[in-house]
Amino acid sequence: MVLLARPLSRRAAVAGACLLSFVGAAVRPSLAAEPAPSAPSTVSGAGVTLHSLNVEFPDPGRMFPGDSKADAINNNCLACHSAGMVLTQPALSRAEWQSEVEKMRSTYKAPVEESDVPAIVDYLVALKDRK
Amino acid sequence: MSAVNQNIFATNRRRLLQSAIMAGGMAAAFPAWADSFVELALPGGPDRRDLTTDFPEKKLMILQRSRPPLLETPFEVFDQGVFTPNNQFFVRWHWAVIPQQIDIAAFGVAVRGHVDKTLSLSMADILAMPRVELAAVNQCSGNSRGLFQPRVAGGQWENGAMGNARWTGVALRDVLDRAGVKAGAVAVRFNGLDQPVVDGAPDFMKSLDIDHARDGEVMLAFQMNGEQLPVLNGFPLRLIVPGWYSTYWVKMLNDIEVLDAPDQNFWMATAYRIPDTPYANVKPGETGFKTVPINRMLPRSFVTNVRNHATVKAGATVPIRGIAFGGDCGVSQVEISADDGRGWQAAALGSDTGKYSFRQWSSQVTAPQSGNITLQVRATNTKGEVQPSEPNWNSAGFMRNVIERIQLAVA
Repeated sequence: MVLLARPLSRRAAVAGACLLSFVGAAVRPSLAAEPAPSAPSTVSGAGVTLHSLNVEFPDPGRMFPGDSKADAINNNCLACHSAGMVLTQPALSRAEWQSEVEKMRSTYKAPVEESDVPAIVDYLVALKDRK
Repeated sequence: MSAVNQNIFATNRRRLLQSAIMAGGMAAAFPAWADSFVELALPGGPDRRDLTTDFPEKKLMILQRSRPPLLETPFEVFDQGVFTPNNQFFVRWHWAVIPQQIDIAAFGVAVRGHVDKTLSLSMADILAMPRVELAAVNQCSGNSRGLFQPRVAGGQWENGAMGNARWTGVALRDVLDRAGVKAGAVAVRFNGLDQPVVDGAPDFMKSLDIDHARDGEVMLAFQMNGEQLPVLNGFPLRLIVPGWYSTYWVKMLNDIEVLDAPDQNFWMATAYRIPDTPYANVKPGETGFKTVPINRMLPRSFVTNVRNHATVKAGATVPIRGIAFGGDCGVSQVEISADDGRGWQAAALGSDTGKYSFRQWSSQVTAPQSGNITLQVRATNTKGEVQPSEPNWNSAGFMRNVIERIQLAVA
């Protein structure tokens, strides 16, 4: 499996989405790719004017640290969410982490290959040691 | 002249970078914190969070997650007034596909399902309807989850996943009446423009019972504190469900579906369920209890001008102030205790900006000659419900409303 070689930028997020497509999941393109309206439009009524918006969210930031031990989690998890909230979880048990990963796969349809699950869970369980 | 020691603001609870502390460490120093971090008081940690000014239409926020964004309001903000500024109002999204461009002239909200006439309302249509306005607290179901013990998985918020705003918009009842709700309708389901990244994942939708949806208070807001909503808070239109947790306040609302059967979608039938017990409280490991969708909020109160572990001068009269809210009704009383809950004295309540709003309160305590003060604050709502002295627990980390405690050191 291809590894993401640098911190996840918006382009890399798209690359991550492409990665996921290799494992057979359809991933939506970002709505940010739609062309912006040429001139900002407004709608007014009874003293209120609302303005069209064109904003940009910041890069999602860092990958999971940890060299090759982080490969599985970086390859499987960053297309849907950034690393930050995972890295700030309290010290959860192996069973709790296993259940989180299973929830991502079964409920939230994360296209995580079953063969990658043990490496992801191992990484998450070890988080409590890197204070 | 205030008798409060300067150190009272140099928080331990949110220890700042050394430089920020040396610069005074006060709220006025916000911009200087932009490349900094806070340490939240979460039992067992991890405590450190980056502070960020990188998000559109937002000033300094506590970064819980970049994508989908989870941004917590720095607690100092709640001392600045009864309404939370839009540019520091907390942010919480479930899915990462969120529009970053919205053409307001092209935006429309559908009203469909078990109705006489399917509608597509433009923002011009909505601006032409009768206006309603109310102040209401918007609080995440999992606000304060990081304080649960034993700790639970999820967004590790301290107390800043809440805010209070004045919402302007139209009554959902008026919108439903335009479509004509058919006999036999049981619920109304709401969907927004956000989408899951992966096909087949459950789109985020919430629903309310038909009578609740038609109560005249549930509204579609296009303004927040007199301005259009920030995109991260749901521009251009957000459902407002006064007194209920934020999960129901669907952002970027573009679809309203009247149902003739109970909503079985994942976000109602499986997620955001609470134990059907007082305070949604169960024992860790307990099973076999009935669950219901999370619903009305409970009373809470917070000290906003003094931080945990602050130092006060021996014998000084220390002004104490903060905010409270009643949940799904008003605040009838706020009391503080300076002796760890043995004696209580009523605080003075600030002006009433509505029963769903924050209510400011103020009081004072006199510091002893030595030792510590354990300060507690508790709110009672107009239904007579008072904050409990023991924290609740459930595996989702929902609905914390225990009496908060603050330790002050006397020097």
